[in-house]
Amino acid sequence: MVEWTDAERTAISTLWSNIDVGEIGPQALSRLLVVFPWTQRYFSTFGDLSTPAAIAANPKVAQHGKTVMGGLEIAVKNMDNIKNAYAKLSVMHSDKLHVDPDNFRVLAECITVVVAAKFGPSVFTAGFQEAWQKFLAVVVSALGRQYH
Amino acid sequence: MLSKKEKKLIKEIWERLTPVAADIGSDALLRMFASYPGTKTYFSHLDISPGSAHLCSHGKKIVLAIAEGAKDISQLTVTLAPLQTLHAYQLRIDPTNFKLLSHCMLVTLACYLGSEFTPVAHAAMDKFLSAFAAVLSEKYR
Repeated sequence: MVEWTDAERTAISTLWSNIDVGEIGPQALSRLLVVFPWTQRYFSTFGDLSTPAAIAANPKVAQHGKTVMGGLEIAVKNMDNIKNAYAKLSVMHSDKLHVDPDNFRVLAECITVVVAAKFGPSVFTAGFQEAWQKFLAVVVSALGRQYH
Repeated sequence: MLSKKEKKLIKEIWERLTPVAADIGSDALLRMFASYPGTKTYFSHLDISPGSAHLCSHGKKIVLAIAEGAKDISQLTVTLAPLQTLHAYQLRIDPTNFKLLSHCMLVTLACYLGSEFTPVAHAAMDKFLSAFAAVLSEKYR
């Protein structure tokens, strides 16, 4: 089980309560598709991903970004049992979606950059970043856990 | 591979940040020390507490070196030759740590530049910092 300090729990809940998944999710996913273009391989049915502008304006990207970011709610509500909370989603990403689990880590990086850009240095301090990255790392690990 | 547009963008960003090199550098270092405590092992001889003189001067040094490299990216190997030697034979910092600092540098840039740190700028910067780190470790073996 993951040990969280009080400071870390506070950081994560503070950040989460100020995150609008409909805003951050689409930004994080489009950033992933631009910065790491090979990730587009999973989205061949999404339509026009040919330029950063097209990606930013793509409604399927926006909707999916919102869905994925919303999935973090599971972790926020189950901080002391993240591994089991994501077991089903992990199986789905492995057996149905066939997503390379390294992509979870890379998307987490993009989420962190978007959150940093939104909150700025006085809110997204080194301490908050540490807690947030630890939180995302646990989610990333849980999502890859059921791969076989 | 960096396009001409990307090289220009990177050069511009670092030119603008040169006057605040100490702030940017110390911010990135502090983030790295907080998220990746193993990186602190290279600094046992310095005071790296927030706001310390050592932290500011060291952060400034790193950012100025990055900015210098950004001025002419096609000449990175020439520009970084002395630093290559320093890192390979004296400092011998495990190159995995370059990735950690690069990541924290991206977070610092996002914090300070906000929405200006667009996905395109992020992609260019990530590629540049990766290339920088690769050149820096060229003499290791």
